[in-house]
This record gives sequence, C-alpha cells and structure tokens, in this order.
Amino acid sequence: MIRRRYFRWVQVSLMAVAAVLALATAPAAQTREVVIGVLYPMTGPVAQIGIDAVNVVKVALDIINNDVDINMPLGKGAGLPRLGGAKVRIVVVDHQGKPDLGLAEAERLITQEKVHALFGAYFSSVTNTASQVAERMGIPLLNADSSSPALTERGFKWFFRTSPHDGHFSLAMFDFMRDFEKKRGIKFKSVAILNEDTQFGADSAKVQDELAKKYGYEVVARIPFRTGTTSLDAEIGRLKTANADVLLPSLYTSDAILLTRTAKNLDYNPKAIIAQNAGYTDPKFVAEMGKEAEGAITRAPFALDLAAKKPLIPVINEMFKKLSGGRDISDVSARAFTGFITLVDAINRAGSTDPAAIQKALRETNLPADHLIMPWTGVRFDEKGQNAGVRAILQQLQGGAYHTIYPLELATREALYPIPAWSQRK
Amino acid sequence: MSIFTIPSSEVLIQGILSGILMGFVYALIAAGLSLIFGLMEIVNFAHGEFLMLSMYTTFWAYALFALDPLLSVPLSAGVLFLLGWLTYRGIIRRILGGPMLAQIFATFGLGIFLRAAAQFLWTPDFRQVSKAWVQGPVRILGVSVGLPQAVASVACLAAFGMLYWFITRTETGFALEATAQDRQAAALMGINTERMFALGWGIGAACVGVAGAFLANFFYVFPHVGSLFALIAYVTVALGGFGSIPGSLVAGVIIGVIEVLGGLLIAPAFKYVAVFVLYLVVVLVRPQGLFGKF
Repeated sequence: MIRRRYFRWVQVSLMAVAAVLALATAPAAQTREVVIGVLYPMTGPVAQIGIDAVNVVKVALDIINNDVDINMPLGKGAGLPRLGGAKVRIVVVDHQGKPDLGLAEAERLITQEKVHALFGAYFSSVTNTASQVAERMGIPLLNADSSSPALTERGFKWFFRTSPHDGHFSLAMFDFMRDFEKKRGIKFKSVAILNEDTQFGADSAKVQDELAKKYGYEVVARIPFRTGTTSLDAEIGRLKTANADVLLPSLYTSDAILLTRTAKNLDYNPKAIIAQNAGYTDPKFVAEMGKEAEGAITRAPFALDLAAKKPLIPVINEMFKKLSGGRDISDVSARAFTGFITLVDAINRAGSTDPAAIQKALRETNLPADHLIMPWTGVRFDEKGQNAGVRAILQQLQGGAYHTIYPLELATREALYPIPAWSQRK
Repeated sequence: MSIFTIPSSEVLIQGILSGILMGFVYALIAAGLSLIFGLMEIVNFAHGEFLMLSMYTTFWAYALFALDPLLSVPLSAGVLFLLGWLTYRGIIRRILGGPMLAQIFATFGLGIFLRAAAQFLWTPDFRQVSKAWVQGPVRILGVSVGLPQAVASVACLAAFGMLYWFITRTETGFALEATAQDRQAAALMGINTERMFALGWGIGAACVGVAGAFLANFFYVFPHVGSLFALIAYVTVALGGFGSIPGSLVAGVIIGVIEVLGGLLIAPAFKYVAVFVLYLVVVLVRPQGLFGKF
C-alpha cells in the first residue's frame, strides 16, 4: 500500500516537473531558431556508427551555439550571427538502416517537425530515399558519409555531399601506385582483385578493374568469393598462381582476418596490399591482427595521426571524447562533423531559414583547408552537389598501428615496401 | 584471364592437402550430427550453434584464464556433453511423441535462441585466440600448410577413431547401437534406452566440442560462426549416409578436397557449386548416401 502511494507521489511530481519545463521552454521557442533533422542508424548492427555521428554533431552544436574560441566558422560568439544569434536545434531520428523508414522519417521531419534542413544518413540506400523526399519538398539535404558514387549522379538540386565517394577512394589507390613507382624507381605490372560478393565488394572490384586498365596495369586475377566462407585456401592458391605485384582486397572484418591467417599458413607473400577500408579499418581487426597484417595499406578519409599537420583535430577529439565515454573520433564521425559545420555555416551565410536561400548559400560554400579536420583542400560543391575539394588518404599498418603514407605531403611515415615475407618475420 | 586455370603442382598439392586437413574437421562435426540422427532419427538443427558455443567456450577459457585451446579441449568437450545431455532431457524427450514438425522446429528454435543469446551476451564482435601455442605454417610434403589446421585434423581423426572404437567395441557402444536399431527390443533386453538417448546427445555434442576447440585455434569466433559450418555438416551427413559414422569421415574428406579443387581449377565463386553438384548427384543415384543404411 505504501508502495503504491509512493509511486503515485512520484507520478504527480514528475507531471509537475514536466509542466514547469513546458512553461519554461515555451518562450524560448518564440525566439528564432534553426531546426535540423538528423537521420542516423541508432539501433541495429551499425548502431555504434550512428551514436558516434550524433555525438559529434552535439560537439558541433556546442561550438556553434556557445562562445568557443576555435579557428572554425561559427566558433566565436554564441549562435548564428547573421540570424541575430539564433541557436541551432537538432531532431534526431533512428532509421535503423531501412530505406523505407528513412523515407517516412524524412517526410515527418519536414512536415511535422518543420525542419529547415536535413542531415544524414550514412547508409547509401537510406540517403537515397531520404534525399528523394527532400528533393520533392524543396528542403536541402546534406550528406556527410555515404560513399555510393551514384548519389550525386541523379541531377538533384537539393542534395549536397561533403564526403568522397568510392570512385575517389579507388582513384587514390592507383594515383598512389603511379606516384610510388616514380618515387622509388620501380614498376608495378599486375594487380589481383579479391572481393567479397555483396554490393560493397562487387562495386569496388568493378571500379578497380576499370581503373587498372586505365592506368595500364594487368588484372591477372579477379576473385570474387562468398562472404563468410569457411576457408580461403582455394582463393589463396589462386592468388599464388597469379602472383600479382599488388593485391587489392575489398573485404569485411571476418574475411580480412581469415585472409591474413590463411596467407601466413600457406606462405603467400604479396609485395603490396592496398585494401578498400571496411574490414581493414575495423578497430577489432587493427587491435588483434595489426601485427600480422604489417604493411597492409588501406584507403581512409581521415586519420588521427594527422594531428601534427591539422591542429584542430586534437581539440575536436578532446571535446568528442567527453561525450563518447573516451572513444576517439574516427572516420565516419570526423566526416559527420565536417558536413554538419558546412551545413550550418551555409545557413548562417544565407541569413535566413528560407530553403532557397540556404540552397544558394550551400552552392557558394568555400571553406578553406585550415578550417577543416579532414585532409581535404576545402569544401566547395560542383554543379552535381559533390564536394570538389575531397581527397582520400592512404594509411599503412606499421608496427601494429596505421600511419598516413599518402598523399605524400601529408605522410607521417615512409611507405614500407615490399612487405616482408612471412619466413623473414620473427 | 580464363575461367579455368592450371595451378602449379606446388599450389595443387597444397590445395589438396589443406582440403584433406579441413575435411577431417568437417567429418568430426558431421559425426556428431550423424550419431544423433542414427540413434533417434532427429536432425539437430542447432548443431551449428553447438559448435559456436564450443568455440566461445575455448575463446573465453583463453581470454579469461589464459588457457590454451589445446588445453581446453576436455573442458569444451565436457561443456558440450552437458549441453547435449540437457538438450535431450529438457527439450527432445518432451517432444518425442509430438508431430514431426514440432521435432524439427524445436531444435531450429533452440539454434536461433542460442545465436541471439550469444549476440546479446558477447556482442557481434569477431574474436580470436591471438597467441596460441600452435600457430604459423608447417612444411609437409614440400608445401606449406597451417600448423593449427594440421594439429586440428590429426586430433579430429583421433577423436573420430575413439568414437568409432567406443560405438563398435564397448558394452555401452553396443547398447547405443542396439537402441538405434530397435528401441523396444533394446528396452526388453534391459537397456535403459532413455539413458542411451541422453548419452547419444551428449556424445554427439561432445564431438563438436572437440572440433570447436581446435577450430577456435585458427578460426575467428562470432555468434553466426556455426551456420557457416553447419551447412557443410548437413551435406556431409547426407553424402556419407544418415546415421553412418564411417560415412561422415569419407564424405568430410571428399567435401574438403572438392571445395579446394573446385576453387582452384574452376573459380572460387563456384567452389560450393562443385560441392553441391556432387552432393546432388550422389543423392540422386544413391538416396541413402554413400554408406547409408536407410
């Protein structure tokens, strides 16, 4: 009985608190504010990526809404100066990685929540559907982290992407091979492409096959296999037979682990491995296989070891760590941060929450390299809405950790080549 | 670049050898399945998840108590024996009289439950034993193969031999065999068939316990790892003949070798095509499998 009465009391007092809060926030809603709908996967297998992205957006909000002394747009002074100090508010929705949910939520954000712009959504498939709604309703959508090249080939007028796409990433690998040949006076003749068979691996292999021909490398083996196989013995046997100068794997974590172990057991020694991110940058892979995968190169859009050349990185990382419980900022969160700042900077320059004004301001975006934590030459959109200032970097596992080796002017380490044979390692 | 390639003899020998080694592991996994089926004509659809649990047992013994996978083989076998025994006592015994579908879905449901529970408890992360005693390559017949694979296959072969000896040479083995042939007659002869069933489940699960411990030595562990091997185990059992223990050994090795050769000579994308084509041909010509009694 006492228990029931106690609950009653808690209920009443909670309602009272809610009422006070509602009254207190009501006047604030009347001052002008900018509302941005943020779409990410907050549950499901890649929930951690969505959680990190939203945390980094909160870091950006802190910089924008409060007076923070930092060399970035909107750092100094509270709120958006061109909108009379208006604050930015976000509405976060969880699309669970489902394109249909992304579409419905985008519609709800625009019609019910009256957002002035949309931001998200990591999965290329969800970005695809959400941006269709934005296009139809005439609301700008800024995408910071989807890598399907097709997204900016649709002729959309309200879609902007700050991130590089898979075409840029693969291009960087072949540019590296060409530049590295010149630098060391060597010649790569052939490449072998090994890919898992879902959309990621298949698309990546297709682009690499085309680029190899364009750059004049012979593709001596193109090996697709079923992801999550019980053994890679046959695949390694084929790779040994092909004996290519460079191995180009596009693998998820499990297959990357199996490849490394099988290569060791079957004594397969490629001189260079250039991987398409994914499994190779999984923190779990780096922590446990980092030593054995010594010399493996992967493409990446971001690297923490660029801190020496990008003083903003440690500052943002410290702010991020306070929200994330000690996790470092990583590839996706760094891209999300850059994208969100780009979007709000445009809204500020527009001096208005009118969608057309924001769209115009986004088109005129020109953020210089030193205002970014990314290794890019800046942010400026081409007529397709794709950031033309992107640049992918390549990192190499040396001594169990990744170090930036390309572009050469950003390199923190000299590239290790060739990868030592298994028999020569201790 | 053609579809057919001719590998060098070194690569070919290496492929066949590693196929045989993997085949012994497949065989032991399949033997457990076959034993249970032969005993009571129930297919254990949670067999892959049993394997997953044995790999996790080995992994946690390593991660928490620094127990090398080789040392945790008895532990893993014991844990799995208990799991098999409990599965029989807790689930199978209660549905024996039920309709056929209930029997299928009970183990199927158990499998899904175990997989989801593993993901809930231990996250979907890929884990592995990173500093095992046995690791790296070893040279056999002039080619390099994985030492953990070699150890695993020898051990699985030994376990297989012990299983076969137990079934065909011991009193309890005779009792198991008798129960498999005719449970009423066996009961009349004074055999506690109830106990035999539970024992069969225990031993069947212990087989994957042994196989899983050795697998964890060189394969990553995650909640869905069982389903990768389970499919091959079902095909192995069907190919070798339902209920036939020697059949699983022959079929396991055949599948291990065909898998590698299909990948080497035709294309890796088709390696399972080769396995399943062989399986279909055998099942069409000899529906009871190579050594099947039924």
